[in-house]
Amino acid sequence: MRYVSAFGRFWWDFVVGDDWRVAAGVAVALGLTRLLTALGANPWWLLPLAVALLLLAAVHRVAARSG
Amino acid sequence: MTSTVILFLAVFAASAVEAVEALTIVLAVGVVRGWRSTLIGVGAASVVLAAVVAALGPALAHIPINALRFVVGALLLAFGLQWLRKAILRASGYLPLHDEGVAFERERAEAGAAGREASSRMDWYSFTVAFKGVLLEGLEVAFIVVTFGSTQGHLGLAAAAAAAAALAVVLVGLVVRGPLQRVPENSLKFAVGVLLTSFGIFWGGEGAGVEWPGSDVAILAVVAFVALFSLALTRVAHRRRLAPTPAAG
Repeated sequence: MRYVSAFGRFWWDFVVGDDWRVAAGVAVALGLTRLLTALGANPWWLLPLAVALLLLAAVHRVAARSG
Repeated sequence: MTSTVILFLAVFAASAVEAVEALTIVLAVGVVRGWRSTLIGVGAASVVLAAVVAALGPALAHIPINALRFVVGALLLAFGLQWLRKAILRASGYLPLHDEGVAFERERAEAGAAGREASSRMDWYSFTVAFKGVLLEGLEVAFIVVTFGSTQGHLGLAAAAAAAAALAVVLVGLVVRGPLQRVPENSLKFAVGVLLTSFGIFWGGEGAGVEWPGSDVAILAVVAFVALFSLALTRVAHRRRLAPTPAAG
């Protein structure tokens, strides 16, 4: 059981890291892109925009915590 | 062609960063406790990593390309944004820079303090630390090799880029006979973060059904956008870090 939990923790740290909100934002942005293409749009701009906003928010969170 | 060159560079740079970190661990243990068990640990970890790539690479080739690109794009975006976020925070002063010299001294002190079993010819401490260090750093490389290689259909090229990076780092390590302190590690991590994130955007978008303007050439525009935005963000965050805090009251 200890090994299973260590294995899970390794992959969580590996892919998600210490700010889960970035990974959650990626999931939402990809889901939205998929939805829009299914509706016939071509939202090529959505992922670059989402990445810019996610980075901005992630850096801002750390900067705000540091005072 | 363009994306193949960028693929090679991305895998090479990412592998070089991880190889520098693995080399620091291996050197510290090898110098203090001897090379035999340490190198057996390195060899065992390399075999495990090669098996992971050999098993996962061809298996992924059976998944429909768009589904594969969607999943790989999502993983690369999450993974790449982690690297990029940390590189920006380090460059702007919010996180301390990773120092290979300090890491080397810490590993060396721990290796010196650890006990040795007199009855055994094999030094299990050296084996375990070298095995774990190479395996953990190498898993990130294996992940990048498998995802990049299978999505682009160039698993061999991706594996060759990783092997070339590991070889280059080992050769430089042999020449300087010490941890690679002068490697601009954060700049490399920044560049790798930009490339992983850009490929994540590109493949994630394609997997979700997006048609990129200009087709494959769009990857260059995506890399340029992510790089310029990240540099601008680093600059703004650095200025904010240096700005005097207004006095309370």
